[in-house]
Order: sequence, then structure tokens, then C-alpha cells
Amino acid sequence: MDFDLTEEQRLLQDSVRRTLSDRYDATKRAALIAGTPGWSRDVWRAAAELGLLGLPFAEEDGGYGGGPVETMLVAEAMGEALTLEPWLSTVVLGGGFLRHGADAATRASLIPAVAAGDALIAFAQTEAQSRYNLADVATTARRDGDGWTLEGRKTVVLHGDSADHLIVTARTAGSQRDRSGIGVFLLRADAPGILRQGYRTVDGGRGAEVTLSGARASAVLGDPADGLPLVERVVDEAIAALAAEAVGAMSALHAMTLDYLKTRKQFGKAIGEFQVLQHKAADMMVALEQARSMAMYATMMLDEPPEARRAAIASVKVQIGRSARLLGQHAVQLHGGIGIATEYAAGHYFKRLTAIDTQFGDVDHHLRALAARVSAAA
Amino acid sequence: MDLRFTPDERAFRDEVRAFIADNLPEETRRRMVEGRVPTKEQTVAWQRVLNGKGWAVPDWPAEHGGTGWTAAQRYIFREELQQHPAPQPVGFGTNMVGPIIIAFGTDAQKKRFLPRIRNIDDWWCQGFSEPGAGSDLASLKTRAERDGDHYVVNGQKMWTTYAQHADWIFVLVRTNPGAAKRQEGISFLLVDMKSPGITIRPIITIDGGHEVNEVFFDDVRVPVENLVGEENRGWDCAKLLLGHERTGAARVGVSKERLQRLKYIASQVEEDGRPMIEAQRVREKIAGIEVELKALEMTVLRVLAAGKRSGESRKADPASSILKLRGSEIAQSITELMLEVAGPYAMPSLADPESEDLTNEPDLAPDWAHTIAPVYFNWRKLSIFGGTNEIQRGIMAKAFMGL
Repeated sequence: MDFDLTEEQRLLQDSVRRTLSDRYDATKRAALIAGTPGWSRDVWRAAAELGLLGLPFAEEDGGYGGGPVETMLVAEAMGEALTLEPWLSTVVLGGGFLRHGADAATRASLIPAVAAGDALIAFAQTEAQSRYNLADVATTARRDGDGWTLEGRKTVVLHGDSADHLIVTARTAGSQRDRSGIGVFLLRADAPGILRQGYRTVDGGRGAEVTLSGARASAVLGDPADGLPLVERVVDEAIAALAAEAVGAMSALHAMTLDYLKTRKQFGKAIGEFQVLQHKAADMMVALEQARSMAMYATMMLDEPPEARRAAIASVKVQIGRSARLLGQHAVQLHGGIGIATEYAAGHYFKRLTAIDTQFGDVDHHLRALAARVSAAA
Repeated sequence: MDLRFTPDERAFRDEVRAFIADNLPEETRRRMVEGRVPTKEQTVAWQRVLNGKGWAVPDWPAEHGGTGWTAAQRYIFREELQQHPAPQPVGFGTNMVGPIIIAFGTDAQKKRFLPRIRNIDDWWCQGFSEPGAGSDLASLKTRAERDGDHYVVNGQKMWTTYAQHADWIFVLVRTNPGAAKRQEGISFLLVDMKSPGITIRPIITIDGGHEVNEVFFDDVRVPVENLVGEENRGWDCAKLLLGHERTGAARVGVSKERLQRLKYIASQVEEDGRPMIEAQRVREKIAGIEVELKALEMTVLRVLAAGKRSGESRKADPASSILKLRGSEIAQSITELMLEVAGPYAMPSLADPESEDLTNEPDLAPDWAHTIAPVYFNWRKLSIFGGTNEIQRGIMAKAFMGL
């Protein structure tokens, strides 16, 4: 049992934090959101130079052989800085499918480009009716000579507008919510038959509606008849990264709130001297530490067998969702009016934390999954 | 980072588990599973079994009978006791006055008291709180005046747990009412409960149980050799307890065991012809508590791992407040859900909480029903004793967030 970081991991954490804090502040972030592509090519290049984009890939594939702990550290730093870049989409989700599902030829053609910052990937999974059910897939993939042709519509595809490649779940057999008969396909984003409509998301990120009309896949990832376990594994890795990102955001927001409580004066004294506000700050600290514990738990459970991993990750997402809601709402409340002013950072952290709950299953979704596992005791 | 216990630690867990299973009387276990406190006789008998094994006081230094275990082993040991469940060592002796005597006592005090604490030859109780000194402990008024070779103690202590069982009481008394700071005029005394002038009055709590008492001191003569540490420095002794066993307040093992009991009861109670354990909302509530408990357990493990790195420190730590807060809230939420699941059977008040036997004649309610509401009522204490949860929040705000 050991929660310590190695010296190398500590150095990684420091350099990621430094790189991001040099390049991010509230003004720059607002300008990025208002512009195109909605995030910073400069930060992306710096991330590539720092090795962050190749971090989780095996060295023989052109990566740096990082594991779940390294991903956690990067995600946490991105949460602290409230970054906008498509790291989760490209490196964690896209990278996860490449690592666990791609054949050698696909890995050789894409991983070096991802690591260099030249290839962006988006994961097109959610559909209008699916909510958070990964098995609810109406998009179809049909055999077409030696390849596959996809038909359907994917919604809220994160960073789908700027991606060079899409990873799409589609049904190859069975009915709409069957666990079997789901394939995972890699498509060039500019392939004929793909229509992408990009938009801004509430947290300052990017989303897209992706319509597939006879779009041809460039590769199959994993078993086209039974791809759901692959999807679940990659999504669990993404949830672990989201948990760490949320911890980074919560930690920054809590620190910001404490600063405010110490400096804002009303009734002739710092408002942090009022016990009613102190107790809310204490509850925020408890929520943060419980979330931090669970983000670490997620990281350490990712390589466990699927049943244990899925239960662990579901409980992590529940705790993260609960902690983020409490901490986010308290932070805004303790800031008062400035907490909901767009010029001030607290509200933006609150918005990102709110968005994280809607990604890959909210508290209720994962609680329902856990409830199904509750068994009677003798 | 690695979550797993080492092979040695896992082997240790197996050894502890087997020892408890082989040596704890089934009657004691059953009584605890039913949600009742073990009797004095059961507690003493079990402590003597542990003492025979050399496991009576794992936390003490080896020279005084400690086991020399790592923090992880101590955690495993406590968790195994809690989950079995088995009585835990009576904390007032082993976790409170024992460590204080070890830290501040004379050689004579160590020789006289420590072996008897290990074996519960003496049952200790704690005389800190008073009618006017609860969260604000330093406002205590019980006086001790020097008279030759004795202190003469006058005053009243309150919320004294199991004073009715106790052979000895350790008390904070005011020896210098004129001290500049209130904390500086307090001393720490060991008092024989058989001393003339001590009167115990039971306080019956809302569950009907007799756990706590008022203890009155009326010209009680205490030999000066029973002073621990220096006169007027008793606050140092009290402060030692703040950092002691900071992971204990989380009570993770107890909550795990109570969740098992909750699932058992939810399997017994039916709603619309199906066991309650199959009802979606009940399952979601149970799952929700299990998430909170897992997060708490991970926080405990983080604290243990940090302690291993930095050496054991007795300084206050934000972790101990967090663990106390969450540990009490989670335990209370389990009793609350038990109450909801029991439904109408939470109502009958048939069994005497002090009785040995929960079966009732005629058979008016299932046996599991009798302790549900009493434990719910009784466990409100968890967020009150040992520093109320509001005090914990205040500590966190001031000490760790600089507010």
C-alpha cells in the first residue's frame, strides 16, 4: 500500500503545471473560447514537446510508456489550469482505443502522429436516445467488400469539430440495446458521407453533431462483433482521468474560495471569520479529500479484471459527482455575486465541474449500476 | 502508487481473522451482530484472551507490552475486530490513560497501572466533561486543592461512560484558578472510584440504555502520587489524545459490518411481496452509502501511508477531523436506513436494552427489530462526542485553512 509518487512522476507533475500556468489565465482562456478552433494550438504544441501526447503509449509504438498514474497527474494539472485542449479526446479516449484495440499497422500509422500533435481524435459514441448507456447503439455498420460502411447520427461528440479522426461505435448485429453486436470503427473525419456541425459547450469546450451517411471506416478497432468490453475499458480510463481533472479543478476552486474568504471584508472584518462560512469551507475540504481519495482509487483499479474495475469506476464517478456539486455550489455561494460573474474564474471552474458530471455517466447513472450489484447478506 | 497490501500484511490479516474466529465466544459475536454493546464480562473476557496472545495494546511501545506492529498492521487488526465483530479494547484504558501514563507518568505509575490496564484488572473511565464544560473543555470547574500528601477534589463530571463499571477514573481538575490562561491551571489526576466522597448518578439516554453517568466528587482525597505529569500541566496530557490513533474515528470496519446487517434485515422485510433488498430505491441508498464508505476507507489508507512516510506524529492533522466527520455521518446514515427499512417494526419497544436475551414471548416482533430504533437514537452521539462535528469543522477552518 503506497500512495507516493516516484521522483520521475513528481518531476512530470511540476513540469506540466509550469507549462500550463505559463500559458493559461482567465483572459487568454476567454479569447481562446471566442476564437477558432476554441483552444490553443500553441499549448497543444507545447504538450507535444513535453511528451504529454505520447505519454500513455508503449515505447515500441512511439510513446513514453506512462501508466495510469502519469495520466492522473496530467489530468489533475489540466483541471487546475482549466484547459480547453482536446487531450481527453485524443490521448485518453483515442489513445485508449489505439492501445487496446488497434492492430500494429493502425498503431504505426497513428500513434507517432498523435504523439507529435499532428493527429486529433474524437470519440463519437453518444446518440440522441442513448444517454449514458454504452450498449444503446442505433448507428449501424454494414459489411461493404473488405470494409465497413456506417449510417447514423452521433451527438455531443467532444472536440468532434476539429478532429482528424473519429472513433465511432456502431451496431454490426443484434438489436439496439444488446451488449453484443457493437463494433468500434476508425474513420477519417474528412471521409465522404460525414457531416460535422460543431458548437461551443457550456464549459467552454467544443462539441459536434456527427451525421454518418454511407461513411467508410478506415479501420476496425477490436472485434466488430463484440466491441463493448473494449469501449467499457477505454471509457473507464476516461472516467479515471475525468476524476483526476475534477480533483484538480476542485482543488483550485477551493483555494480560490479560501483566498476570497480571507480578503473580502464585510461588517468590518474578513468574511472568513464568520463561522457559518468557515463550516461551508470545511465541508468543501472534506468533499475535496474524499474525491481525491477516489481519483487515486480509480487510478489504481484500472488494471484490475473488468468486473472489479467497472464497479470501482462507477463508485468513483458517484463520489466525484457528489463532491463536485457540493464544492462547486458552495464556492459560488461563498463568493457571492462575483461567483456568477463571467469575468471571474470561479464560475468557470463551477461550469467545468458541472459538465464533468454529464460525461460518461452522472451520479444517478452510476448509482443505478452499483445498485444492481448490491446483494443480500446472510 | 499501489493499493495492495503486501503478502506479509495479507498473511497477517489471515492470522488475525483466524485467531478471532477460533477464540471469540459465539455469544459475544451474536450480541454485537444484534446491534448491542457486549456486556462488561464479555468485554473483559475477550480483552484477557487478547492479552494472553500479546495483542492487548498494539499501539503501545514494545517495552510496555505493545506489539511493534506497523500502522498498516494496526489498521488491519482493528478492522478485523470491527468486521467480525469482536469487542474492541476499552479505549479509556488502552487508548487514553495508558498512553498518557506512558508519556507523562512516573516509573512507579507505569509499573502499577499499565499491566492492569492491559488485562482490564482495572476498568477505567474518563472524567473530562462537566455540566458547564463540553466543547469548551478548558472552562472546567472541578477543583483540586493540595492538603498535605493529598489533593482534595470537589466538583462534578458528566457524560462519564461506564462509570458504573469503573475501578478508576482519570480526571482533569483545576489546581490553579488564578492562572493567566485557563489551560494553564489544570492538572491530570488518577482517582480510585472506591474513594469516599464519589457518587455516581446514571444518565439514561433516549434509547433506554445506561452508558453514561454523572460523577460527583465531594471532598475526595487523592494521594499526590496519583498526579500525572506536572501540576498545572494537565492540559498537555489532554492534548496528547487529540493526535492519538487519528484513523480510529473513521470506524470503517464497524460501518462495513453494519452494512452487512442492514442487507440482512432488508432481506427479511418484505414490500409488495418482495424482499426490500430487491427494491431499487433501497439498493440505490445502500450503494450510495457504500460509495461514501469506500472513499472514507481510501482516505484512511492515505493517512496511514502518509504516517508511514513521515514517522508517526502526534500533531493534529486535518485528516483526523475529516475522518471523524465522515465516519460519524456514514455510521449514522446506516442506522437511519435501517430504521427506514424496518418500517413499522421499528416501533415496538419490547426488550430491555440491558437484558441478555432479545427473544420475546409471546412473539410480537422479529428478533432483529428490537435494536433498530435504539441504535439509531444512541448513535446520534457519534457526531457529538470526541469533539462535535461542528468543533471539527472549526478546527479545520482555523488550523488547516487559515480562516
